[in-house]
Formats: sequence, structure tokens, C-alpha cells
Amino acid sequence: MASIVGKKSGLTWAVHLSVALLVALWLFPTVGLLVSSFRSADQIASSGWWSALSTQERQVPPIRVSGDETEQGGSFVIEGSLFDGASTTVTAWGTSSREPEAHEPGQSVDMGDGQTLTVSENGDFTLSGPESFEGARLPRIFTTASTPPDFTLDNYRNVLFSSTAAAGVGQSFINTLTVAIPATIIPILIAAFAAYALAWMEFPGRALLIAAVVGLLVVPLQLALIPVLQLHNDVGIGKGYLGVWLAHTGFGLPLAIYLLRNYMVGLPKDIIENAKVDGATDFQIFLKIVLPLSFPALASFAIFQFLWTWNDLLVALVFLGTDDQTLVLTARLVNLLGSRGGQWEILAASAFVSIAVPLVVFFAMQRYLVRGLLAGSVK
Amino acid sequence: MNPAVQGVLTIVLGVGGCIAYFFFSNQVLDKVIFPPRGPNAGRNINRANLVRPWLFLFPAIFALSIYLAYPVVATLWLSVTDRDAGGAFVGGANYSQMLAEPKFWEALRNNFLWLLVVPGLSTAFGLLAAQLTDRIAWGSIAKSMIFMPMAISFVGASVIWKLIYDTRPAGQDQIGVLNALWVWFGGEPQTWLTLIPWNNFLLMIVLVWIQTGFAMVILSAALRGIPEETIEAAVLDGANPFQIFFKIKVPQIMGTIVVVWTTITLVVLKVFDIVLAMTNGQWNTQVLANYMYDKLFRSFDWGVGSASAMVIMLLVLPILIWNVHNARKEMR
Repeated sequence: MASIVGKKSGLTWAVHLSVALLVALWLFPTVGLLVSSFRSADQIASSGWWSALSTQERQVPPIRVSGDETEQGGSFVIEGSLFDGASTTVTAWGTSSREPEAHEPGQSVDMGDGQTLTVSENGDFTLSGPESFEGARLPRIFTTASTPPDFTLDNYRNVLFSSTAAAGVGQSFINTLTVAIPATIIPILIAAFAAYALAWMEFPGRALLIAAVVGLLVVPLQLALIPVLQLHNDVGIGKGYLGVWLAHTGFGLPLAIYLLRNYMVGLPKDIIENAKVDGATDFQIFLKIVLPLSFPALASFAIFQFLWTWNDLLVALVFLGTDDQTLVLTARLVNLLGSRGGQWEILAASAFVSIAVPLVVFFAMQRYLVRGLLAGSVK
Repeated sequence: MNPAVQGVLTIVLGVGGCIAYFFFSNQVLDKVIFPPRGPNAGRNINRANLVRPWLFLFPAIFALSIYLAYPVVATLWLSVTDRDAGGAFVGGANYSQMLAEPKFWEALRNNFLWLLVVPGLSTAFGLLAAQLTDRIAWGSIAKSMIFMPMAISFVGASVIWKLIYDTRPAGQDQIGVLNALWVWFGGEPQTWLTLIPWNNFLLMIVLVWIQTGFAMVILSAALRGIPEETIEAAVLDGANPFQIFFKIKVPQIMGTIVVVWTTITLVVLKVFDIVLAMTNGQWNTQVLANYMYDKLFRSFDWGVGSASAMVIMLLVLPILIWNVHNARKEMR
């Protein structure tokens, strides 16, 4: 194949272009939300995120003049800036919605009654008149301005640390972590012992057990919700972290046993038989030989289970409950989608708080994840 | 107790308990019950070795029975009893009630739509990506990028895509890409997620986006496993790249394609988070898993909820049997 493609440079280009297109298409949605999470509420609501990356000229919503007046040589003056500190450049302005671009920056405009208004290029305005503005209705200023790209970390600060806007995302982050880590570690050992028995011990019913594990691999956990919840209530576990950990352990075991057994079966037979001849017990062989050798498979499963428990919604909703104090990140996000569906600055930042950890794990341990996927589905 | 402390304690107890259990149960077996000495030493060793596998397996079997095997039976039982009547046996009443609900048929129909579209599209895109990235220098980076959505939760993905489908009133700047493009081509802004029947497909795209990476990774490994000679022979015979791909490569990885297809099918049958987060089953987008969740935890109708769970189980059953069949064939 390489030789053919090498000869036909047109085809090579087509391949490169298609891959680039495919990658762009796949990254585009995530990048959109990521960029949005660094924009202020106003910016998100008034323009698409793709326009955030370049300098934009747009009409700014009208701003009513406000500020303290001062008396200067017989006339009253109000001075101020339309845009607080932002490096915005005014290209045109006006005082009525019918002619929002009537004047140029720096131009002094007669407003009637002896009042004049000036808006300069950087958004500073001066309103002056012969009489006090006290109690008077001040004019609105329409501007067309170009704004350079402007990003902020406020959304993240808001979501993680403030107690008002999207209260609880920080708490949910800790909840999710509390669910995910024990639920990842506990099944590994249980599964490893079982996998060793299924791979290297001879006993009647072994084939049947392996078949059962393969079967349980695909049983929808939806079936387990009510019966297990009832059981938890009956034995006094109720809804809580212990219940979630146990449930995740149970649901994760088939895959864990399956992955680990497939891996352990492939370990060299000589090592294990030699150890047996030397008088090692099964327990010693397992702990000192098989377990260390199975590290790649253990890592694969650990990543799977971590991603799955971190990203899970259903098990957490059912076994942990929907209290505000115990909501995990995914459940919190669903709530936010309902209650703050239009507030993209909060949604975007919250979503990225929940996505960040799995992404880091994913990029750091991709090798093991791929290996686990291959061992889990291709035979 | 602080949940974090509780978590650490659980890890220590869980891991320590596991090791302690395995260690002491083996000790008891070897030292107390069947000690390898005295007149019956030989027989005792054999007996101990007969029991030992079950020591190793006990915790796993215990957990699997309680969390997966028992619920299948229990759900079946719940689906033929009535909770309000104190758990009395009502036969097929729950099923007939469910079959009479239009929302159930809507869910079933949508689930079949999902089954038709998502596994096929994901596998096709995955195959395309695998083939294209196979021989180019930056292929592995490209693969990483396409694979990345696998790490994102269904809910996170729903938020990501909801921004794409966002709608602003006509005349304002659209902040959702889909509407921005639509308006740019001269259309009126649409509220996509309420647009029957297209909204279903918009939800499916989210899952296709996630699952394509999975299909790509598996199929890419399969493509690399194809013997080089078969391709060289085809090249010598003057086959063009498309013929090589469709007539030489694809037939050789057909087995893997089927595995990928069924794995994604399983995901689709249980799809829940995406629908819950994006439309919650409104506007004709209900699916079985969300219908079941509705029944179980919103209307607290355990009978009908369990009945719909059994429908999901029934749909999974052919795959389950096929998998077990394959696994047994392989072990022989």
C-alpha cells in the first residue's frame, strides 16, 4: 500500500487532507466548549465562540451614560468610560437606535439644550451642558466597536469557589473523586484472585464459570437497580458511598475478571510450573509471580474502571441519591442543564471541570487503555 | 464522617480485607483443616487443592451473584408482581399496561432507529479513520484526537453538543454552530432539539462522535494484523487502492468489524445519559433506558419499569448467547 500511495502523490494529499478534516471535525465540538468556558457571559451570548479568536467589529448594546457630574467653569460635565479597561476601539457611535453609527469617534455632537456629547476612540465620553443633569434622563450611547480576543478565568473561579452562581461544582468534584477511587481499587484484587483461579487452577466447573463471566459481561446494569437498592436498604447500607462502591465493584467485576484472565492465561507456563515444582503454594505464585507480571492488564482495567466510574451517571443517581450534598459531577451537570440551560459560561466551565480529569488520565495512559480495549473485544 | 476519610478507610479496609481473607483462608486450609502431615498427608494435600480454587473465587462469585445474577431473577419477578398490592403476583398485567402506552412504542421505535444508525455509522467512520491514519506520519496524533471523546462522559458530551445545537431568536447572532451555518445558508434559526423527527438523529450524532474512536482503535489494530503478502499480491495484480481496501482488507477483518458492531450495539441498547441530559425524552426522543428510569424513579411504578428492563434484557440476550457460544468454542 505504501508503495502505491508513494507513487500517486495526488492520493497522498487526499489522504492527508481527509485526515485533517476528520480530526478537525472531531475536535471542533470540544474546542467550542473549551473556548466558551473562557469567555464572559456577555461575549458568549452575543457572538459565536469561533469569533472569539480574532478581533471583532460589532455593534455593542446601548449603554446609558452614568457618572458623577462636576462643575467646570459654569458648565456641568459628566466624564467616564463606556468600556471598563477593555482595549476596545470605537469605530462609530450614535445616540439613537435609528442611527447607531451617525458619528465618528472624537466628534462633538450637539444634543440640544446646549448639551454636547463626545465619545473618543477608546470609549471615553464627555457630556457637558449649561444646567445640572440632576434628575434628568441621560442619553444612551450606541457604539460600533472592535474588540480584540479577550479571555477570562472568571467562569472557573465562579464555578469552583464561589458559593452563589453554580454552588456545588467544587463539592461535586470531591464527591466524584470519592466515588471513583475506591470503586476503581476494590474490584481489582477480587478480580485478580478469581482470574488466577480461572486461568491456572484445575477444578470442575471452570469452563462453566468462564462462560458465566462472559455472559454477565453484557447483562445491562439497568436490571440491577431496584433489586440491589432494595437489598441495600434491607441490610442497612441504604443510599450512600458504601452502596455506590459496592455496586460499582459488582458491575465492574465481569470485565475485570475477563481482561485479567485472558492476560494471565498468556503468561509463560514454565515459570509457574517451575515455581510449583520448587514448592511454592498457589498463594505465593499468585502474589509474587502472576500479580507483578500482570501489571499491564491491571493498569488497563484500572483506567477503564476509573473512566467509567468517573463518567457514570446512572449508578450514582440511584445508589448515592439526588441530595445536593452528594451529587456527583455528571448529576450536577444534568441539574445545571435544567436550571441554567442558557447560562453557557457556567455550563461550559462546569463541564470542563468534569472532563478535565478523565482527559488527563486518557492522554497519560492511552497506551494501556488501547491495550485493554484490544484485549477486551478482539479475540 | 467525612466522605473522603470514609473513602480512604474503605480502600484500606477493602484492600486489606481482601489480602487478609485470601491469606488467612489459605492458611486455615493448609494448616488446620487439611494439614499436609500425619497418616493422611497425601490425601490432605489433594483435598486442599480441591478446595483452594473456591477460596480464590468466593468473593468474586459472591459479588457477581448479588449484583448481576440475582437482579436478573429479581427483576423478572418484579415485572410480574404489583408493588402497590403488596407484591402480589399479577401475571402479564404490567407487560400489557406497558404495551398499551404510546410512550413505550415511541421508545422502542427510537431504540431501533439508534440501533440502525449508531453502530453502522460509528463503525464506518472508525474504519475510515483507521485506514486513513494507518500509513501517515502524524497518524498516531490524529488517532489520539479522534479517540479522545471516549474519555468524555456522556453528560459532558451532551453539554458540548448542546452548545452546537443552541438557538437564538432570528436577527441575533447565532452562538450554536449548526444554526450559524443554517442561517448563513439563508435558513431561519431552528430549535433543533425540538425538531421532530430530526432531533433523534442529532442525539445519535453525539454517540457516534464518542464511539468512532473506539471502533477506529480496534479496527486499526486489525488492519495491521492483515498479512502483508495478500496486499502485495493484489498490488502485483494491478488492484487499485480502493479495490485493495474493499476486496482484500475488509473481508479479512470482517470478524473484528462484527465484534465492534456488537459492542457498540450493546452501548446503544443502554443509552440513557445523552437522552436524559439533552431532551429527557421529550419531543419524540424517548428511548428504552430512559423510559425505564422514568418509570422506576419518577412514577415509582416498579412493575412497568421492571417490565421495560426485561425488554432491554431480551434485546441483549442474542448477543449474550452469541458471546458465550464464541467463548466456549475458543476454549475448546
